[in-house]
Amino acid sequence: MKRMPTASQTVGPFFHVGLARPDLADLTRGGRAQGEPIVILGQVRDGDGAPVPDAMLEIWQANAAGKYAHPEDRQAKPDDANFVGFGRAFTDKEGRYRFTTVRPGAVPGRGNALQAPHIAVTLFARGLLKHLFTRLYFADLVQANEADPVLSGIEDAAARRSLLAEKVNGAPATYRFDLVLQGEGETAFFEV
Amino acid sequence: MVDVRPYRREQPGNHPPYLYPDYASTVKRAPTRRLIRLEQTLTEVTGPVFTGGWTGPAIADLTRAGAGEPIGERIIIAGRVLDEDGNPVPGTLLELWQANAAGRYFHDGDRHDAPLDPNFTGKGHVITDGDGAYRFLTVKPGAYPWRNTYNAWRPQHLHFSVFGPAFATRLVTQMYFPGDPLLPLDPIFNSTADETARRRLVSIYDPALSEAEYALGYRFDIVLRGRAATPMER
Repeated sequence: MKRMPTASQTVGPFFHVGLARPDLADLTRGGRAQGEPIVILGQVRDGDGAPVPDAMLEIWQANAAGKYAHPEDRQAKPDDANFVGFGRAFTDKEGRYRFTTVRPGAVPGRGNALQAPHIAVTLFARGLLKHLFTRLYFADLVQANEADPVLSGIEDAAARRSLLAEKVNGAPATYRFDLVLQGEGETAFFEV
Repeated sequence: MVDVRPYRREQPGNHPPYLYPDYASTVKRAPTRRLIRLEQTLTEVTGPVFTGGWTGPAIADLTRAGAGEPIGERIIIAGRVLDEDGNPVPGTLLELWQANAAGRYFHDGDRHDAPLDPNFTGKGHVITDGDGAYRFLTVKPGAYPWRNTYNAWRPQHLHFSVFGPAFATRLVTQMYFPGDPLLPLDPIFNSTADETARRRLVSIYDPALSEAEYALGYRFDIVLRGRAATPMER
């Protein structure tokens, strides 16, 4: 018998109580994961351009070789026992968050298409009755991004641009990815 | 070519909308652009796996957070995590947080003038067993005021976070209690348009779960999206 899925409800403002877990913002486990360490940072803003200090971001990504640590990824690529691929970070008073991770390898898309390296992002906050899905792409991977089936399927240039994290520092490579919930520069969010 | 078995699309009315003005915080936080439909890829049908102990030791008994017993009515909350087809979702992380019996969270941001309980932090987490089952022992959270509108009170509730097998199945929800007079007045509860969907957020008192002379039992099953019938949707 088919059951109705449980409805989403907001995380509210006090999610830190139950969702804070040590070290989840460092996906490299103190540098033990294989691959190039990178930093992802940014700010979450609302429709007034005000920082959102009570948001949580979760990220999910492939390892440096382009393989997910999940039984349904059956690609013949190396696993990394030190890389779960999942991270969680909370915004601070200025709406800022930060992850340390490794640069993800490319993974296949639908059909025979290869996707550009990307990180899946979910955003939770007080005032969000359901979390939002988006994707982070690396702005400096111009050719790969142009060939990416998801990115190239987005017609609106501003929406496409909102998914590109800009490199702001060299060592380690640091990318800035802001999330704008509404209005000018609104981030493109997905129905998954 | 990678064969991906996508998850079913969510049905309108089953989940709340992003913009729901009765819940004032949605007004400046709801996206205004239509969501872009994403055909699920390997990225969306995979998600974190909770083996290897990286989530830390389970906390299924929230009454053991301090040196003594917390104040409040002891309750057992148990149920299963299932998918839409009724299949159990084993091995998934279920996280829980709640206010104490006086309606106060163990959180710096909570300014409600109600006492903190030194023996209660209100956090727990378990990994579902092979049957998708879980069980927590805790105390019943109190109702508390919030500033959404004048004299607004949240019904008694617990927050649940659950992952399921994929990034696409992620869910955060709230569990309520049967007969709570605040439910019809609560915009967060009422934001879900479908009455059946709302009713599923209310736990069921289950005498078989209760422990004599010790704790009341409430049953709460969580249902996640199931797989689409065919590998290629549409």
